[in-house]
Amino acid sequence: MLNDAAPLLSVVPRGSAETKPSVLSVSVEDHRYHPLQQTLAPSALELKKGEVVSIIGPSGCGKSTFLRIAAGLIEASTGKISSTADRTAILFQEHRLLPWKSLLNNISFGLQGQKLSKFQRMKKARTVAYAMGFTEDDLIKYPSELSGGMRQRGALARALAVEPDLLFLDEPFSALDIGRRRDLYRLVLHEVDEKQCSVLMVTHDVTEALALSDRVLIMAPDPGHFAKEYEVPLTRSERTRRNLLELEASLLADDRIAQLFNMSNWEQLV
Amino acid sequence: MIHHMLSTLMSKIWSGWGTLAGVFLIFALWQVGFETFGSLVLPAPLEALSRLVDLVALPSGLEYILITAKRAFAGFLLASAFGIFFGLIAGWSNTLSLLCKPFITVALGVPPIAWIVLALLWFGGDDGTPIFTVFISTIPLIFAGALQGVRMREKELDEMAQSFHVPLVQRFWQVQAPQIVSYLFPAWATALGLSWKVVVMAELLSSTRGIGAGLAEARVNIDTASTMAWIVVVVGLLLVIEGMLLNPVKDYVEGWKHAE
Repeated sequence: MLNDAAPLLSVVPRGSAETKPSVLSVSVEDHRYHPLQQTLAPSALELKKGEVVSIIGPSGCGKSTFLRIAAGLIEASTGKISSTADRTAILFQEHRLLPWKSLLNNISFGLQGQKLSKFQRMKKARTVAYAMGFTEDDLIKYPSELSGGMRQRGALARALAVEPDLLFLDEPFSALDIGRRRDLYRLVLHEVDEKQCSVLMVTHDVTEALALSDRVLIMAPDPGHFAKEYEVPLTRSERTRRNLLELEASLLADDRIAQLFNMSNWEQLV
Repeated sequence: MIHHMLSTLMSKIWSGWGTLAGVFLIFALWQVGFETFGSLVLPAPLEALSRLVDLVALPSGLEYILITAKRAFAGFLLASAFGIFFGLIAGWSNTLSLLCKPFITVALGVPPIAWIVLALLWFGGDDGTPIFTVFISTIPLIFAGALQGVRMREKELDEMAQSFHVPLVQRFWQVQAPQIVSYLFPAWATALGLSWKVVVMAELLSSTRGIGAGLAEARVNIDTASTMAWIVVVVGLLLVIEGMLLNPVKDYVEGWKHAE
């Protein structure tokens, strides 16, 4: 609340992060889908206001499970979550738009969780849709008539329409081509800079995690636990493809991490 | 928008032509059958049609049709109401849906004719027998359709709705109901067709009024023209119901599937 009133300059993701209030704190002691198989070992995470944190790890290491627990979709077998966020939204790997609703109705769908009249919902959905570059024609289309990139952008619009304080991203960019992907990165980061939205992202793409995050947590499997935390040393505006490559190299130079991703001798392309 | 409406209208007319062509083809084959086998086996189509006009012109003929329609719809609507209600409940519970499987198999396996005999013993020769027979032979279809619809829904969409804290009622109507309907509707359409056939059969064996009773009379009099006339009535009404009721409903609930 205090921070809302204080004049926050947009691009100051680091340095002042320590003084910012915590938005989400997750502490999982143990999680099992099956009584004999531990999916998550003790793993904890704290997310500050306006912070972008990524969890990377090989497929099946439990990172998506951790995100689901953090987002409150499932409950940890033992663990604690406390969140000060009023509104949260999740962007899934698949777009999960409702095929029987037009794009506009899909975007306004999530707003039904709030106390708004139908007119207000439609108005808000329309504003968000235009801000995200949709045209009037797109809004009446069904998801099946939209391209893959537009569908995922629609899903992002639906998530951002609720004006989340806390946004969860579950590999939402993995099925998109490089250009569409960057469009969505920009839209998400704009929300972070403008509204101090906090983001917890799960991805298996190391470069993506380094490009977007303030902090990267590396999760190791069997059972899932955080093996390493890595603070990205550059501010977001300083990051370019070239120096991201160097960051990636320095991250994968750690043998444990290279092994995690099956990337020993990672400089070898094939 | 106008272009869209025009094209849907054109496609409707076009499919209407298709149906009409099929109907005329059947009449043509019928005519061939009549010319080959003679009028005792198959009456001339024109004779049957003129008999049809006579039958409908009689006050009792129209009454018969209305009585049959009333019984078929009563049984069908009852089966829909109960079948959908219980199918939805059973679908939401793992235990119940497992328990229901053998019941559905048994209920679908019992031939309608067996139900007619039982119903005659229970309800006698009045409206009760055909209505019950229609009810009992269509309810497993509708029940299974509703149950499958609930079971097969995409859990991912539920999770998405949950993540936005959308209230349960809206979640049901906007997320789950459309998925359930896409399973239920084909079952429902099959059940409607079945209810027509079963009601006529039940009437033939149990009733003194209705299309089935008319068929029974025709049989007693060895009157093939009337028999064919009644058959034309049954099939014609089924076509009309499909075109006027089922297809528009189908277009409405499944319109999103046909977006290009």
